[in-house]
Amino acid sequence: MLEYFLQHILSFSIWLPIAFGVAVLFTADDNKPCLTRWLALAGSIASFLVTIPLYTHFNFADGGFQFQERFLWIASFNINYHLGADGLAVPLILLTSFTTVIVVLSAWEVIEKRVAQYMASFLIMSGLMIGVFSALDAIFYYVFWEAMLIPMFLIIGIWGGPNRVYATVKFFLYTLLGSLLMLVAFIYMYHQTGSFAITDYYQMPMTLNVQILVFLAFFAAFAVKIPMWPVHTWLPDAHVEAPTGGSVVLAAIALKLGGYSFLRFAMPIAPDAAHYLSGLMIALSLIAIVYIALVALVQKDMKKLIAYSSISHMGFVTLGFFIFNNLGLEGAIVQMISHGFISAAMFLCVGVLYDRVHSRQIEAYGGVANTMPMFAAFVVLFAMANSGLPGTSGFVGEFMVILGAIQVNFWYAFLASFTLIFGAAYTLWMVKRVFYGEVANENVAALKDLNKREFLILAILAILVLAVGIYPEPLTNVTNATVNQLLTHLSHSKLPAGF
Amino acid sequence: MENLSYDLLTALPEIILLGMGMLVLIVDLFLKQSNRIAIYSLSQLALLMAAYVTFSTHAPGVGYAFTGAFVDDAMADILKLMIYLGTSLIFVYTRNYIQLRDMFRGEFYALVLFAVVGMMIMVSGQSMLTLYIGLELLSLSLYALVAFDRDNARATEAAMKYFVLGALASGMLLYGMSMIYGITGSLNLADISNALLSTPKTNSVVILGLVFIVSGLAFKLGAVPFQMWVPDVYEGSPTAVTMIITSVPKLAAFAFVIRMLAQGLQTMAVDWQQMLLVMAVLSIIIGNVTAIAQTNLKRMLAYSTISHIGFVLLGLMSASINGFASALFYISSYVLMSLAGFGIILLLTRKGFEADKLDDLKGLNQRSPWIAFLMLIVMFSMAGVPPTLGFYAKFAVLQAALQAGFLWIVVFAVLMAVIGAFYYLRIIKLMYFDEPVDKHPIQAPRDMRAVLSVNAFALLFLGLMPQGLMSLCAYAIMRSLS
Repeated sequence: MLEYFLQHILSFSIWLPIAFGVAVLFTADDNKPCLTRWLALAGSIASFLVTIPLYTHFNFADGGFQFQERFLWIASFNINYHLGADGLAVPLILLTSFTTVIVVLSAWEVIEKRVAQYMASFLIMSGLMIGVFSALDAIFYYVFWEAMLIPMFLIIGIWGGPNRVYATVKFFLYTLLGSLLMLVAFIYMYHQTGSFAITDYYQMPMTLNVQILVFLAFFAAFAVKIPMWPVHTWLPDAHVEAPTGGSVVLAAIALKLGGYSFLRFAMPIAPDAAHYLSGLMIALSLIAIVYIALVALVQKDMKKLIAYSSISHMGFVTLGFFIFNNLGLEGAIVQMISHGFISAAMFLCVGVLYDRVHSRQIEAYGGVANTMPMFAAFVVLFAMANSGLPGTSGFVGEFMVILGAIQVNFWYAFLASFTLIFGAAYTLWMVKRVFYGEVANENVAALKDLNKREFLILAILAILVLAVGIYPEPLTNVTNATVNQLLTHLSHSKLPAGF
Repeated sequence: MENLSYDLLTALPEIILLGMGMLVLIVDLFLKQSNRIAIYSLSQLALLMAAYVTFSTHAPGVGYAFTGAFVDDAMADILKLMIYLGTSLIFVYTRNYIQLRDMFRGEFYALVLFAVVGMMIMVSGQSMLTLYIGLELLSLSLYALVAFDRDNARATEAAMKYFVLGALASGMLLYGMSMIYGITGSLNLADISNALLSTPKTNSVVILGLVFIVSGLAFKLGAVPFQMWVPDVYEGSPTAVTMIITSVPKLAAFAFVIRMLAQGLQTMAVDWQQMLLVMAVLSIIIGNVTAIAQTNLKRMLAYSTISHIGFVLLGLMSASINGFASALFYISSYVLMSLAGFGIILLLTRKGFEADKLDDLKGLNQRSPWIAFLMLIVMFSMAGVPPTLGFYAKFAVLQAALQAGFLWIVVFAVLMAVIGAFYYLRIIKLMYFDEPVDKHPIQAPRDMRAVLSVNAFALLFLGLMPQGLMSLCAYAIMRSLS
């Protein structure tokens, strides 16, 4: 029984939340949302528990794909139902299933209209995202990657803010455009190798020109998702308009899909192009880190500020990728996980305020710490983590990336570390304006502190942020072997003989 | 005599349907309006009988009848079965609509059955004359169907337009055929193909004939630059008839193209490839871009059809077994999608309310989450978003075009697909993000709801398990062309 479960654990991780999502849809009754909520919670917790053995039964010494499942799916095109997870995917899968629990909890009383559709969208999306992280067949991966757009489109469009239609259509079309170019690259490689297996693409020799085209096709898909400057403009819109849960999933997981896919596809499939274009990629990352941090500084909307902060932090991730050393890469992965916790927490905090006052503007607040002391304590912790204070998870990743960058070029590290100051500036300034000073108006005076549910959510996240910050080893242990293997792969040229 | 019985046996499905069509006309004379439902049952029975005969006489080989003018091969059988299925769905979806609009008469069913016979003859045509006769039988039935609601001025106008332009296209087609006949001395496709082997490639009469034939076909398919009639006819016809025009006849038109170009004029492939390429590119651009500006749902779907035809041409243009099989896969997926799409529009209509404005879909999710979800599947399938059938349709065609070496055309088609996604998303936006304007309860017969649900979910199911349909299409093309 346990054997069977472990052999198909990835399938369970994908299909269990989707099955629960469909079941939740059938409980649609806005007058009696209790059943829906509890069923959704049960589904998300069950789906989270199912993914835990991925960590406990993981072979830390093996950098390759584990828990593999494979059978032929579409014979005409040699497309396989092929799943597997390596040290890169496992932490992200756990992050996904964990975040879904948080999202379900955070929506508890807040979402009142069409509860079943809301919960179902998130559960289904959770399964689809786990599918993206574990698919080892290009088309299978692509199906998950695209299918994910459908629930996200509905989440932003139905439960979002006033400008939600514009934001969600922009989000959908931006992402679709990038992914379709990636599809063309997949088809091209299929005609060369006769296979859609990612591992076959790893071995496939390609000339530099072809590699560059393939890399750019992937770049179109992933840079939009991460998002890198200058294709980031959908993100602030989508974040601002999305409901809290939507922002949390977007920031905590959806952005990681882009980062993960760079490491899974673009870099190992076209390593020479990755080296060739690394200057450009580093430049884009540094622009994101510095310029977007400055943009964040002037924002008046809290959600928008955090959205820009996300882009800036993801700049560290791409910087870590393209300096091609161990520290940079591991730092980037830690940064992805840590950003998952911190950005989720920050968006939830804004959600807590928004549910009470219905405004996201910084100037609508002031002196919130007087009325919500417990909440303020949490926010200060997460703000510190967001600005990379040692002892929080935000520090570990950024510090590792900066150390890695120093080995390559002093100025990269200099520019990147400079931003830690900006990061502290925009985050703490926001906290100061919202939480400290005199009580600004009646709305703030009437605020009630966190209820038990909100306290529980934020406490779990706070513990995780501190845990990763103080003792990141359980995380780096998983990724270590995979990172080494990936770096070895990247150091070998894939140009055909004679070039 | 022995030959004649073989001939008749080969054409038995056509004979059955023709006979049943006439029977419908006669029986109709003796029925009162309250008993007229019998006509509906009789028509469904006719399709079932034809399907049984086609299915049970299917053989993997190729059989020729009527001195080689009529063929029974895998492609013919499979396309015919698809046509029966599609027509049967049409009967289910349209029944309520035509009952409420005083169109529920024997002639409606007889005309549709005659159109089906025309399609079957096109599918099985192995001589230019058979193909043409089939096409005319189909077209004449459709002209009459468009004008069926005779007091409706818009429908009459649409029928006039359809008839005049359709006749022009038939003329062009016939003119091209006569040129090819003049050069090769034969109407039989196999003979033409052989004769053209020894004709110089630069023979201007042959090329001119090809141009006329391709133009005529493009007219019937509704490909740019011969698409002018499509939006007007779609908008003007009663929705039930629009649904007929947009769905199954496309399968027959596909067969016509394969028979004519891939079997008869295969030696000219280089020439027609270029023409199809230009038409494919233009159809995809004009279809997708113009659809954005539409406010009428039927008109929008007309432009959407034009862009889908562009994708089919992209597969045909690859001129390989892979390309033809992909195009067949695309067109059968398209028929399934458009049937479901128009089925939902018909479901939302009531007496005196056509549900053909985009705004009529507003807030559908609040009126009926189930129907909104069905439409969601259809729209994402048309946009080509996985996990729906439409994605694999686009995927198959794109990979065929890429295999044929048209990388940049594929990139272009992909960019256009993004533009296309926009107007499908708008429908989803109307259904899910907007508040309903129309508060009437949705009334529709239960069998229609059930069949429609199966139809829409088939798009999702085939999107998860596309292998069966893919194999079927590949089998049809391989058996018939190689």
